[in-house]
Amino acid sequence: MKINLTVNHKNYSLQINSDLLLVDLLRDHIGLTGTKKGCEIGECGACTVIMNGKTVNSCLVLAVQADGAEITTIEGVANNGDLHPVQQAFLEHDAVHCGFCTPGMVLSAINLLNHNPNPTEFEIREAIAGNLCRCTGYQQIVEAIQSAADKSK
Amino acid sequence: MNKHQIIGSRQKRVDALGKVTGAAKYAADYNIPFQLYGAVKYAEYPHAIIKKIVTAEAEKLAGVTTVLTCKDVPGKNHFGLIPNIRILADDRTRYLGDVVAIVAAENIKTANQAVEMIQIEYEELPAVFDPEEALKPNAVKLYDEGNQIVHHKVRKGNITEGFRQADFIIENKFTTQAIEHAYLEPEAALAMPDEHDGFKIIGCMQNFYTSHKVIAGALDKPLSKVQIIQSTMGGSFGGKDESATLVAVRAALLAQKTGRPVKMVNSREDSFIQSYKRHPYKMYYKWGCKKDGTIAAMEMKIIADGGAYCSMSPFVTWRSVVQATGPYYCANVKTDVYAAYTNNNFTGAMRGFGSPQVNFAIESMMDELAEKVGKSPLEIRLQNGFEQNAVTATGQKLDHYVSLKDVLQTSANESSFETCWKENKSKQKIGKKIVRGIGLACAYRGVSLGAEGVDAPSSIVYVQPDGSVSLASGIIDMGQGARTAMAQIAAEVLGLPLTRVHFQEPDSGRVADSGATVASRGTIMGGGAMKIAAENVRKIMENTAREKFKLSKGDIVFKNENIFIRKNKSEKKICSFDTLVEACYQAGRPLFASGVRNIAVTSWDEETGQGNAYFTFVYGTNIAEVEVDLASGKVNVTRFLSTHDVGKAVNKSMVEGQIYGGVAMGMGYGVMENFIQESGKAKTINFDEYYIPTALDMPKMKSIIVENEDKFGPFGAKSIGEPALEIAAPAIANAIYNATGKRIYNLPANLEEILLGRKLRRDVERGSVSCKIEV
Ligand code: FES
Ligand code: FES
Repeated sequence: MKINLTVNHKNYSLQINSDLLLVDLLRDHIGLTGTKKGCEIGECGACTVIMNGKTVNSCLVLAVQADGAEITTIEGVANNGDLHPVQQAFLEHDAVHCGFCTPGMVLSAINLLNHNPNPTEFEIREAIAGNLCRCTGYQQIVEAIQSAADKSK
Repeated sequence: MNKHQIIGSRQKRVDALGKVTGAAKYAADYNIPFQLYGAVKYAEYPHAIIKKIVTAEAEKLAGVTTVLTCKDVPGKNHFGLIPNIRILADDRTRYLGDVVAIVAAENIKTANQAVEMIQIEYEELPAVFDPEEALKPNAVKLYDEGNQIVHHKVRKGNITEGFRQADFIIENKFTTQAIEHAYLEPEAALAMPDEHDGFKIIGCMQNFYTSHKVIAGALDKPLSKVQIIQSTMGGSFGGKDESATLVAVRAALLAQKTGRPVKMVNSREDSFIQSYKRHPYKMYYKWGCKKDGTIAAMEMKIIADGGAYCSMSPFVTWRSVVQATGPYYCANVKTDVYAAYTNNNFTGAMRGFGSPQVNFAIESMMDELAEKVGKSPLEIRLQNGFEQNAVTATGQKLDHYVSLKDVLQTSANESSFETCWKENKSKQKIGKKIVRGIGLACAYRGVSLGAEGVDAPSSIVYVQPDGSVSLASGIIDMGQGARTAMAQIAAEVLGLPLTRVHFQEPDSGRVADSGATVASRGTIMGGGAMKIAAENVRKIMENTAREKFKLSKGDIVFKNENIFIRKNKSEKKICSFDTLVEACYQAGRPLFASGVRNIAVTSWDEETGQGNAYFTFVYGTNIAEVEVDLASGKVNVTRFLSTHDVGKAVNKSMVEGQIYGGVAMGMGYGVMENFIQESGKAKTINFDEYYIPTALDMPKMKSIIVENEDKFGPFGAKSIGEPALEIAAPAIANAIYNATGKRIYNLPANLEEILLGRKLRRDVERGSVSCKIEV
């Protein structure tokens, strides 16, 4: 079947199988491997993307469900080479260790700040509770998100 | 004031930009045209003789290129420290993660379908799942030589005499569970034939020098015909050694057979089922103590579950035998540590490497001793803890700066430990829903491999003709920040900003075999090699500068991208770094050098367990505060302080990051993580049932970095990766005791342990397996 969707402001028209998952569409059909697979059952958040203004686990979304959708992946976050404030803050606070959770974390953080520019520490932790990280203990990630929020005030 | 320019400051990681934009490529992100996809057929019994494998039907399936079994391995099918890990199961299956056959097909769906069509005839054998049972004389044997992998001993003083002197005895049994590394990136590899009869493999192996030998051995090729390129790694924590090698070598075998590139990617379930875990321990601790709080005798017997294969069991348990007494004085010690084969998942290296288990027992015993003699946990440790020139249980005199009491006292002051502890202790618990507690744990840890192995990593520094610098090292970055630490060290020696230094991916042909990036040896050993390499390049530059500018006296200084001459405390600029680089190349002196760091000052006697086990040690203290819900048994960690003497922090942010991450992993070990197997069958095979801490589980942590520079480390640096994790669980367990008055003897301290003091068993099939969407 055929679907149309927008990924990082680019329009795609693709011929796909009905059982294709959104994460595989992104990784294997349009080559955006920044979206990761860590569990494939919706538990780890490594595959997080923003779809129509909401974060979703792209391993739980069928590609056909994304027909007509607007999607942002980690590759679409920087603007012409200028890092998003959240990305910048992750660099400054050493919130990136192995980096495998980072794409999902950054997108969850951006989506939080889009809806709640002044989050409390608890709200930040809640917003990334669906994104597992095995390396950082989350502390520097929480600090990074807090500082990105403070800076955009 | 910081006497260095780059060392000791906070520097951004050199590889973070690509990770934050999605550009970083992990093993599964690599694809090349016409690649095939690999899939594996698992054993169906944990212990069985393989009678017959029928692959004909699978091979006929459209889209299947090949099906391989052990007979098709051209070279060595076995590998490991004791080479008994099977790439493809041959004589028998020994655990349910054994792979009996592998398939390559045009797409992953077909490959998985073909796997289902492979038929295997088995003769089921009785199996053994408990290491203590496995060591009994009549137990079913996994190998002809018997089930004992190793028996380490330490003998010091006279244990009978020690117990005679004791006023009372504390005797306890502790158990710890198997846990999963749970690196967020599952193992993956892409193997391809190259144009000169060789092979190239891209993968996420933690110890790619071992992978290199295993793959060349299996393909029956010389090492020079096999090139291993290490992709960016999504975590490892000791876990991507043999487990990642297995994925890579199976992909390589399929590539060799088909002549095509083959991609092999583990799902999370594959990763849980196949990979090795942290060793579960049973620990029998018996201490003879005196009324004044000192310890006259320590007797310890420890049994580790090694699972189906040897892997790192001998080394993991060796660290346990060396450190089994903790950093405490005792004249009479008898320690026996055994590892045994069972039909469980094999167990191997994991961050901590034999210390988290014994630290849980030691630090629980210490608190019990304090209670018995009416002292606080801090007092008892300050009384018994090692000081300068203390002699350990293995007879080693600690002649480096012993900072145990510094880290203890600093942590206690910072957290008002004594006051909080007394207050919680005296509180009425009955009738309360939530109770609070504070707990303390400390440890010492031998740095690097110690007497367990050869320890000589290499590095390369290449100052290119334009003055930019390329580095390569045999030590790898799995997320801990080795690239950045190495780049800082080279930049410091050459007086350059970090932006000038570029770190190249490890490649098996680029740097001499450096051993594994394990044992928290990356900075102290690999960094040491990097410093030597950079100094070797600097020597070429210095000599050239002296000749060209006719400088005989004075020191040459490399600073801020310039070269200076220092005479009588005054500095004069000679030229820029780039000018000197140009001069070197014009003089026919390419700026390329390697460095090797080799510290060989350790010794060990197998019979008595006496010797200088490690060339230096590190010291740390953790303090945890918890809230325990007495109705549900749930433990909430509310505050955490972690203090470590790291020698010298090369990069403060990265050291803090290691500490926070280590605490999180240690907390998971302490209160929630448990890899459950029943009759060899793994029950927790994804994150819906195997819980690791989320952002909501973690408290805000505080870290204190103590610096006492060590003569062996580059710029005095020692290590932090493993120390960061190894005492979080006992600090939490001791806090639970302070809150509830109930001692935890079995990890994890989850709901059932807190409420019942034991673990519940469940005999159901894993629920979520049937729910997984099949596409
Ligand atoms: S891969 Fe989608 S949530 Fe883990
Ligand atoms: S940085 Fe490694 S999983 Fe988060």
